[in-house]
Amino acid sequence: MQIKESSKMYDVIIVGSGAGGGMATKVLADAGLKIAVVEAGPYFDPAAPEQRTQLKWPYESPRRGASNRRPFGDFDSAYGGWDIEGEPYTQKDDTRFDWFRSRMLGGRTNHWGRISLRFGERDFKHKSYDGHGDDWPIGYEDVKPYYDKVDKLIGVFGSKENFENEPNGFFLPPPKPRLHELFYIKGARKSNIPVIPSRMSMLTKKINDDRGICFYCGQCSRACSVYADFSSGTCLIFPAQKNGGQIDLFTNAMVREVTTNTEGKATGVSYINKEDRKEYKLKGRVVVLAASACSSARILLNSKSEQHPNGLGNSSDHVGKYLHDSTGASRSAFIPELMNRDTYNEDGVGGMHVYTPWWGDNKKLNFPRGYHIEVWGGLGMPSYGFGFNPNDLNRFFNQKVGGYGNSLRSDIKKYYGSTIGMAGRGESIAMKDNYCEIDPTTVDAFGIPVLRFNYKWSEYEVNQAKHMNDTFEEIVHNMGGTLLQDAPSKESNYGLENPGRIIHEVGTTRMGNDPATSVVNKFQQLHDVDNVFIVDAGPFVSQADKNPTWTILALSWRASDYIIEQLKQQNI
Amino acid sequence: MDRRDSLKSMFLGSLGTGLMLSGCTTDIAPPDPQIAKAADNYFGRTPEELKLIEELNEDQFFNTHEMETLETLCALILPANENYGSATDAGVPAFIEFIVKDMPYYQTPIRGGLMWLDHTANTKFNAEFKETPEGNQKIILDSIAYPNPDKPGWEQPLEIQFFTTMRNLTMTGYYTSKMGLEDLGYKGNQPNIWDGVPEEVLQKHGVSYDPEWIKKCINQDERGVIAEWDEDGNLLT
Repeated sequence: MQIKESSKMYDVIIVGSGAGGGMATKVLADAGLKIAVVEAGPYFDPAAPEQRTQLKWPYESPRRGASNRRPFGDFDSAYGGWDIEGEPYTQKDDTRFDWFRSRMLGGRTNHWGRISLRFGERDFKHKSYDGHGDDWPIGYEDVKPYYDKVDKLIGVFGSKENFENEPNGFFLPPPKPRLHELFYIKGARKSNIPVIPSRMSMLTKKINDDRGICFYCGQCSRACSVYADFSSGTCLIFPAQKNGGQIDLFTNAMVREVTTNTEGKATGVSYINKEDRKEYKLKGRVVVLAASACSSARILLNSKSEQHPNGLGNSSDHVGKYLHDSTGASRSAFIPELMNRDTYNEDGVGGMHVYTPWWGDNKKLNFPRGYHIEVWGGLGMPSYGFGFNPNDLNRFFNQKVGGYGNSLRSDIKKYYGSTIGMAGRGESIAMKDNYCEIDPTTVDAFGIPVLRFNYKWSEYEVNQAKHMNDTFEEIVHNMGGTLLQDAPSKESNYGLENPGRIIHEVGTTRMGNDPATSVVNKFQQLHDVDNVFIVDAGPFVSQADKNPTWTILALSWRASDYIIEQLKQQNI
Repeated sequence: MDRRDSLKSMFLGSLGTGLMLSGCTTDIAPPDPQIAKAADNYFGRTPEELKLIEELNEDQFFNTHEMETLETLCALILPANENYGSATDAGVPAFIEFIVKDMPYYQTPIRGGLMWLDHTANTKFNAEFKETPEGNQKIILDSIAYPNPDKPGWEQPLEIQFFTTMRNLTMTGYYTSKMGLEDLGYKGNQPNIWDGVPEEVLQKHGVSYDPEWIKKCINQDERGVIAEWDEDGNLLT
């Protein structure tokens, strides 16, 4: 059978509907362009009764919310995970890269932590500070106007702190700290470690008439049915449609490659419809890749032609290189002063109300980049696993562990809400030797060659993870608490998580002024092909110790403005 | 209607039923009762996930004797008190029946553990575990309910590991049930307005809010007023 080609000519075809794709859809559709959005997973609307998990009770799931089917539990909104049936990836040598994919409208923005941090001036020019990696070809001043616009369009709570390398923004007021967060503040400040209100994209205050206000169920990972937190579908794509945008949404459509003509220019994309398992083609004047850093690299590498024998946009051989994820290490602790709590509704927003931005001076440390600390704890809703080892903490009081009978009820109440957790999320150095590439030996269920990962942490990341653990121990000591795990050993890289695990993978199509050492220019346009753009985290030169979403959004808006300008001037 | 049109109308349909909160109202508009009824069974499952659950529910793992033994055991692990029923009253045996099908690695240790209980009861008291008087049942449980704290779990004897598993599943099954959540005093999972830790709780735990910090936080009386800023990012509303 022939590949079915649509006769419709789109102005822009956008591959992927997460943060980058959603923002491009909004900006380009609002400008009146004809848009096709091609998403590999199904349609998703957290307000649709048959898809909603928000405000469901643990007993509504027969497995009580356990995480054996969905990786973050039955009520988490991500359709996908580290392992997806029919969509394998492989590892080179002893690499252990974990690749999380969400196949659904809105992608990973549906379940993400909503931590919305701007990169600071230093984050764009880190090589100039410490000699590692590379500077971005743009600086904070280029992105600031877009961060400002993203803050106002989408909404983020936080506070103006004038903190070094943590720029102020247009913030909604933050929620008050929870009880365990007050203990954390006290413990951290005792060691002169700063704590400030979190910066997260939930609406603590109204920003327009289309979106609801946070009602504090603490379930942002389930995606909000009143659209009070940021998801790409609910906050960008739906409003763009409502605004009369000319948007055709193709769901369950897995893009195979970008098609090109004899001049080497992109003509559209080909995709596999997961429902009938046939291949289709779409035609467009411009192709915008927003499939996620690794997926977009994969599409480019699989888009081989006579004009682009090494894959599209890959004359520099840099596609897939400089892959890097945030570092992560975490510990938890028992705080006796938090025992015997009165219960009240402490759900709050989904995630932490306070956090620690990077405070250290790397010139005095044995690792060049910083990390921030996230905090958890409190009177959360029980799900599968709650009540396991119900009186294990008795060991701290030389009391008997185990038993049965009604004494277990009082054990549960005594310890409910008395544990606290801390997680470090740090910046790794982007390295050319950490990359993804096409594995020519392995195919997925759609006939598309898959990615193979090659990744090693350097001693900088390992040293940073050790520092995280030392910091956690100090803070817990200050809180009068006891760590629940032994200090991780050097052999275990001090608890440093596998790369990919923090789900902040970036850098695979990095931007630069030199076409020999970068894939896209500073407007995220392929050096090799002027009508292909990349608006996910692939163009990141370095990652900062910040969660990448807010920067993806700002840069996607900036690139979309450039596309509109270039189309107007008939340059592409 | 072609595929794209159906997607568009699906989009419009969902916007129509979108649940919007405004002002300080915390009530959620009731969705279409027909859809809501179906959604009760879905809890947001994809069709594939729903099918898996239906398939698991079609099988029965434990036989009648094993189910009855589970009922006895769960009620011994967490019996009724003056306010709340036992773990068995809260439906824990049925939860365990589902879990062992969903997490098959539990099957042999639990099935074998139940046989261990019967064998031990038969040897000591000449009756199966569920038939022997409660005093005898407790004599058996006392011998397996207290793991050696100096040994990791996997080094404990099989019957102690079995009991630890049963206690874990019983406790988690109970505290994720409607009865258990109420017993625990969990107050969340409902629309509300978070305005900080109650004063008496702060006092009880010896902490207080820093006034400088609180100044930055949301004034919940103004949450419904649309945000506006000056050009330096200072909130005006």
